[in-house]
Amino acid sequence: MKNNQLKKPFGGIILDSSFRIIIPFTLVYGMYILTHGEYSPGGGFQAGALLAVGIVLVRLIQGADKESFNVPGPIAVVCAGVGTFIYAATGWLTLFGGGKFLDYSFLPVPMEHLAELHALGILMIEIGVTVCVMMTIIDIMDAIIERLDDDKEVDYHE
Amino acid sequence: MARGLTTILMTVITVLFCACTVFLPTIGDPNSAPNQHVTPYYIENSAVDTGSPNIVTGTLADYRGFDTLWETSVMFVSGLTACLILMKNTGEGDSMLTGGKQNKKKKGGK
Repeated sequence: MKNNQLKKPFGGIILDSSFRIIIPFTLVYGMYILTHGEYSPGGGFQAGALLAVGIVLVRLIQGADKESFNVPGPIAVVCAGVGTFIYAATGWLTLFGGGKFLDYSFLPVPMEHLAELHALGILMIEIGVTVCVMMTIIDIMDAIIERLDDDKEVDYHE
Repeated sequence: MARGLTTILMTVITVLFCACTVFLPTIGDPNSAPNQHVTPYYIENSAVDTGSPNIVTGTLADYRGFDTLWETSVMFVSGLTACLILMKNTGEGDSMLTGGKQNKKKKGGK
């Protein structure tokens, strides 16, 4: 059991108490960057990275087997595809509305101004990008941890 | 001999590339060719067309939405590929979707 260092929880009382402050701040900041990315520098990719950092830190500090605040690897794989699908589905929605692919003026949503429709479309694709990036990062980390757990030949600890 | 030829060829090519930078336009030059094609249109109409006060977001997500779609797909496929490469082949089919639990059970049984 020397190999699965990444699966075990690590850190003492300092990490255990400080990540309870850091993680909510990181997640809220990620959501802020996602929803405010239209008005300020930021957007889907950065927000996804921040949200993923929240999950990754919890998993490293609390341990991979803790069920409390965790996204398991199989679900992360599926969700990464769902995020990409949200993006493409936005494009298909505009097709059904009568426009070209990803032409947000034709989103089938009753709104008065074209600018609001465009803002809604941009928000939808940013959500898709965020889910995809976040789940991809979790996905890669999960694969690395599984691999470390399975490699019995190499002893990383010594 | 071949290595010497390669070195000389690479040096010549590098010098040629570096010499080409002399002819590049100055950064921020409004009269250069790339800054006269669609850039003025984006700067003037981005706020009205896309509803976003941020020109970068408007260009990335609205004018160039198709590009970003495939960018996201590349992200997804590269992550999936990394998983598939790192995953241990158990020879029992789809161990990614079962989370490697088959593998553990088998080891425990031994």
